[in-house]
Order: sequence, then C-alpha cells, then structure tokens
Amino acid sequence: MAYTEEELKKELETKEYEYGFYTDIESDTLPIGLNEDIVRAISKRKHEPEWMTQWRLEAFAAWKQMEEPEWANVHYKKPDFQAISYYSAPKKKDKYESLDEVDPELLETFNKLGISIDEQKKLAGVAVDIVMDSVSVATTFRDTLAEKGIIFCSISEAIKDYPELVKKYIGSVIPIKDNFYAALNSAVFSDGSFCYIPKGVRCPMELSTYFRINQAGTGQFERTLVIADEGSYVSYLEGCTAPSRDENQLHAACVELIALDDAEIKYSTVQNWFPGDKEGKGGVFNFVTKRGICHTNAKISWTQVETGSAVTWKYPSCILKGDNSIGEFYSIAVTNNYQQADTGTKMVHIGKNTRSTIISKGISAGKSQNSYRGLVQVNPKAKNARNFSQCDSLLMGNDCGAHTFPYIEARNNSAQIEHEATTSKIGEDQIFYCNQRGIDTEKAIALIVNGFSKEVLNKLPMEFAVEAQKLLEISLEGSVG
Amino acid sequence: MLTVNELHASVEEKEILKGINLQVNPGEVHAIMGPNGSGKSTLSTVIAGHEDYEVEKGNILFDGEDLAELDAEQRAHKGIFLSFQYPVEIPGVTVTNFIKTAINASRKAQGLEDMPANEMLKKIREKAALLEIDSKFLSRSLNEGFSGGEKKRNEIFQLAMLEPKLAILDETDSGLDIDALKIVANGVNKLKNKDNAVVVITHYQRLLDYIVPDYVHVLYNGRIVKSGTKELAHELEAKGYDWIKQELA
Repeated sequence: MAYTEEELKKELETKEYEYGFYTDIESDTLPIGLNEDIVRAISKRKHEPEWMTQWRLEAFAAWKQMEEPEWANVHYKKPDFQAISYYSAPKKKDKYESLDEVDPELLETFNKLGISIDEQKKLAGVAVDIVMDSVSVATTFRDTLAEKGIIFCSISEAIKDYPELVKKYIGSVIPIKDNFYAALNSAVFSDGSFCYIPKGVRCPMELSTYFRINQAGTGQFERTLVIADEGSYVSYLEGCTAPSRDENQLHAACVELIALDDAEIKYSTVQNWFPGDKEGKGGVFNFVTKRGICHTNAKISWTQVETGSAVTWKYPSCILKGDNSIGEFYSIAVTNNYQQADTGTKMVHIGKNTRSTIISKGISAGKSQNSYRGLVQVNPKAKNARNFSQCDSLLMGNDCGAHTFPYIEARNNSAQIEHEATTSKIGEDQIFYCNQRGIDTEKAIALIVNGFSKEVLNKLPMEFAVEAQKLLEISLEGSVG
Repeated sequence: MLTVNELHASVEEKEILKGINLQVNPGEVHAIMGPNGSGKSTLSTVIAGHEDYEVEKGNILFDGEDLAELDAEQRAHKGIFLSFQYPVEIPGVTVTNFIKTAINASRKAQGLEDMPANEMLKKIREKAALLEIDSKFLSRSLNEGFSGGEKKRNEIFQLAMLEPKLAILDETDSGLDIDALKIVANGVNKLKNKDNAVVVITHYQRLLDYIVPDYVHVLYNGRIVKSGTKELAHELEAKGYDWIKQELA
C-alpha cells in the first residue's frame, strides 16, 4: 500500500464527506400487504411511465409463482410479505429534542467511529439547529460531474429523465425472474441510485450513494444501476460505517453493473445494518442480489465489508462475457452474537482469456455462523479461463461456526482453477503475547483481525479503509473473554 | 526491583512452583537454570501475569507493588518484559506495526500521546541496526515464516524498543546459531544499565558466556535449590543436573 496508516488517518481527519445527494419523495405510506394494486400505486406515486409500471407488474407476477429459497446456510423466521408496507417515504421526523435522550450505547459507537456531533444528531434523529444543506452540496457536485457528461442521480429521476438508458439496462443483468428477492425488488423497489459514465471518461471522484447522514433514511428495496460506457472508469462507494438502526426488518436490494468494452467499475460496500441485540433479537434481514456484466476487456471489482444484519444473503457476481474480461471479489464478513451470513460470489466465465480472483475473509465470533458460498463456472467457449480463490476463516471462541461451500464447474479443458482455504482461531497464546507487550485484549483482537483482513482492507478506497478498520474493532467488541 | 516471596503457583490444579524466593535488584543479571519440567517457564509466565496460572500462596512485588491484582498488560506497562521461548505468529501484522502498537499502548497507559512518527522511525532504525536487522524484515508479518533465530532476534528487537525495567529472557538461546547468539547477547549487553535488570532462563551455560550473570539459581521441582555466582553455571555444565538431584536426595 502506497499510503501509511498515519497518512490515511490524517487524510480522513481533514477530509469531509463532501459528496452526496438526497431525493425528496412525497411522504405518505401505503397500506400493508402486496398485490397488483399496490404495485401500480407505488409506480403511480413515483410518476413512472407506463413501461416501468408494466415491468414492475411482470416482476410481481413472476414473484407470486416463486418460493423463498431455502438452500442458504441460514435459519430465520420467514417474513410475512403481506404484513409489510411497501411504500413508506423516508421519514425525517425528529424523534428527540437533544442527544441526552438517545441510547448511550449508540452514542458511544458514534464517538468511536469519530462521527461529528451534528452528524450524530442526524443519525439518531435529533433535531438539528443548522440543517446541512444537502441540496446545494449536491448541486455543486453534480455540476462537476455534468461537465464530464456523467449522470449520477436517483433511479426515480433516471426513469423520468433518462428513460432510454434505464429501459435498455434495467433487468439486463439481473432478470426479473432471477430469484425470489430480485423479483420482489423489481416489483416494489422504492428508490436507489443511477450512474452513467460516458465513453472514455474517467470519473474524477469516488461516487458515493449517500451522504453518511442520509443513509439513516434508506428504504427497504433499493435498486442501483451503474453503467460504465466503453473505456470509462468509475469507483463507487455504497453504504456507511455508521450503525443503521432501522425498523424495516427486510431489506432486499438489487445492484446491476454494466461494464462495456474496456470499461472498469470498482464497487465498494460497507454494510453495517443493525445486527440484532446480544440475544439475537431484532436485526435486519439483508437479502441482496448484486451482479455485474463485463464486456470485452472490461473489469469489475467488488469489495465488501459486511459487519451488520442479523441474516445476510448476498453474492456479488461477475458475468465475464467479453474476451479478456476480469472479475474480482474481495470480501470481509464479520458475524458476532447470533448473526448469520451466507455470502460469496459467482464468477461466470464465458469469454476467452477471462480471469477472476476471489479473496474471502470470514470472521466469526459469539454464537454466529459464517458461510462462504462461491461458484466458479467456466463455460465451454471460455478458453484459457483462470480463477484463483482464497477463503480464509477466523474463529473466535468455541460457539461459532465457519463454513465454506465452493462450487466449481469447469467445462473447458484449458481452464485453470485454484482454490485455497484456511481456518484459524484467535489463540489465547496470541492474546497473551499481545498483553505481555502492553496491548490490552480488545486492541489485540483488533490487531489480529486487521492483520487477517489486510488483503481486503487494502482494496478499499482510502475514505473507507480506516473507518472499516475501526468498524471491525467495534463489531467484535466483547467477543473474547 | 523484583521480589518473589514463597511463591506457590499452579496450572490446571497442578502445583508447579512450590515456594520460590528470589530478589533481583537494579543493575543485576540473574540466570535461572534447571532441567526440563523444573518450572522455569512457569515462573516467567506467572511473573508476566498469565491468567491460566493460579498463585496459591506467596506474592510477587515489583518496585514494592504487589502484582497480584494487575493484568498482564498492566505489568507490561510497569516495565516487565518477557522474551518468549515460542513467540506466536500474527499473520498480516508487520513487525513495525506491532511494535508501534505496543509502544503506543504503554505510552497511553502512562498518559502520554502516541510517539511521533519520525521519532518512532528513528528509534526503529537505531534498534534494528543494533541487532543487525534488515529493513525488509521489519515489514514482514510478525513471526510468520520466521526461522527460530529470526523469532528470537525479533523478541530482542522488541525488548530494545520497549526498554523495560525488567527483562526475562526465556530460553532465548534455543534455536540460535552461534553468530545469532552473539548478536542477540551483544544487543542485550548494550541495553543493560544500572537501572534495569535481566533474568536469563536457560538450560545451557553457552548463553552465559556472552550475557554474564551476577547470580545463578538452580530451579528444580518447583524450588530454587541452589544459588551462586557464575561459577555455579560452569559447575552445572561440567557435572550435569544429576549432581544436584543426588545432592538433594
């Protein structure tokens, strides 16, 4: 890494979260339950064109025929899909008069993450005197991008303003019938982000879905569409490190990436949804479908740090359609207490000389279960395809579990596929060694975990790297001794 | 500096130390010798504060303070350092990052700010030179893939960086060839001054040719059965431990 940790820290201290936008949606809530009328009503509230309404209805019809998948290594009480309200505009109502009324544990976490007081207030839902003017920030930001012809807006706006692009690409990587949750998302998605990078343009800044503060109001069913036109480059950041306490139990997002010839998309996620309490009560179910398609010479990198959610079901994938295209997946998944994660990737090699790399780091503590599930598929025409997979698991304590489910399907003799897997345990001798050098147990665990996760942390954009390190530390607090 | 009084300690309900008495003063070098299983490593581990070891009787005073209530990291902050017989690996954490974390943890405990980066770098360079450590070594993962000699040299590097009052060297000579042994011993001797003390735990006389002890103690079956000057080490080398055993029988 070119930067030292100190430099990163310094950079973070001086750097504000300067990017972001916020879309105001008229606030009202639809009755609970899901049927065609509700799907139509969602589309209508969002003033969508007829083709979009039809697309949603088609998805809904497909979803009705589908069953919730059961193959993942997770156990939970299935949500009652008729007991959910599918359209609820982000509420911006202040819940408290001052920070004194907020859960001190939450505030402590904010402090550890180094979140400013104003942001803390926003996140916790406290009335703020000075409202940060996100609209004006967004405007300046969009002007810079507009000069380069980059479109970065909410998916709702994109449907209205760039219908041709949306129509062409939405559902092109994740078809509406792809899976149960993707079909549900396609039918009822509330909002999300849209990004288009024109031919040959290198996006000059990291695109970030939200202001850190806006994240607090994110809806249940996000839809993201990123299109990198020929020869373009974009680095995209999603999520936030601040803990999101959300009343919505079910989150089913869809992210589609399209990297046209010679384009590159780097997509980084830090996910920290409420994982439930120490007894495993509450917590978010995060059922996400993420997939990208690479055309000739294109490259897609997924980097994710997953620390939150009670149940995670997520497999960011790459379809390596074009010759010489490259897919990468770098993941850190942390589970503690009663969390369950079943996460991994799919690398589908279709083009010649396609290459993929998978580095997965699973960290389990408490009574949690952490599974890596990955598919490497080499199709008959994918001559000289290469894959390297490395899955490492770190266990803390005796009550947690780590599982690896690698699937390899090679239908071309020239394919080279390597898979390495390790499982280790944070040893008491490692902790004692650190203690003897004056490092307390919490810090020792953080040090060991960061060392273990280093290869993936190094792939994160700088803004995220140090925050992600702190997040790992906080997520595992109290997990040993 | 270190006073061990009638120390009885056990691990997994098995008594290993059966009444140890030891007085180490500033500026002194003590050697503790003894056959396998006599309790040498247990003694160092108990002084360092491993929680699996139960002190049944007696106490350990450090600068007059009873260590009973202090955790291992607090003892480290007070200036107790243990060079491990088998240093553990911590993958992905570099030698440099580890020592920085350790130094700043101790500084924090003393109410000091983190050591400024340039000062840290200077100190690392200086101590690495003292122990003839290559700069490439410093960016390797702690003890991962290290040879026996590299591990021990790294322990002494940490000792040099942390500058403790009391250094306990547990079988530092094992796994070292003669050249590495000289470098390590030379490093320890240069760090030695009138205000700090060293306790060397070893099977063999060899290391004591280079780190010359003021006192030699023989540990056998959980007790110090004989104490003397460096001549005692020579005698042991010549006669073996059976001589002591017979004397006790």
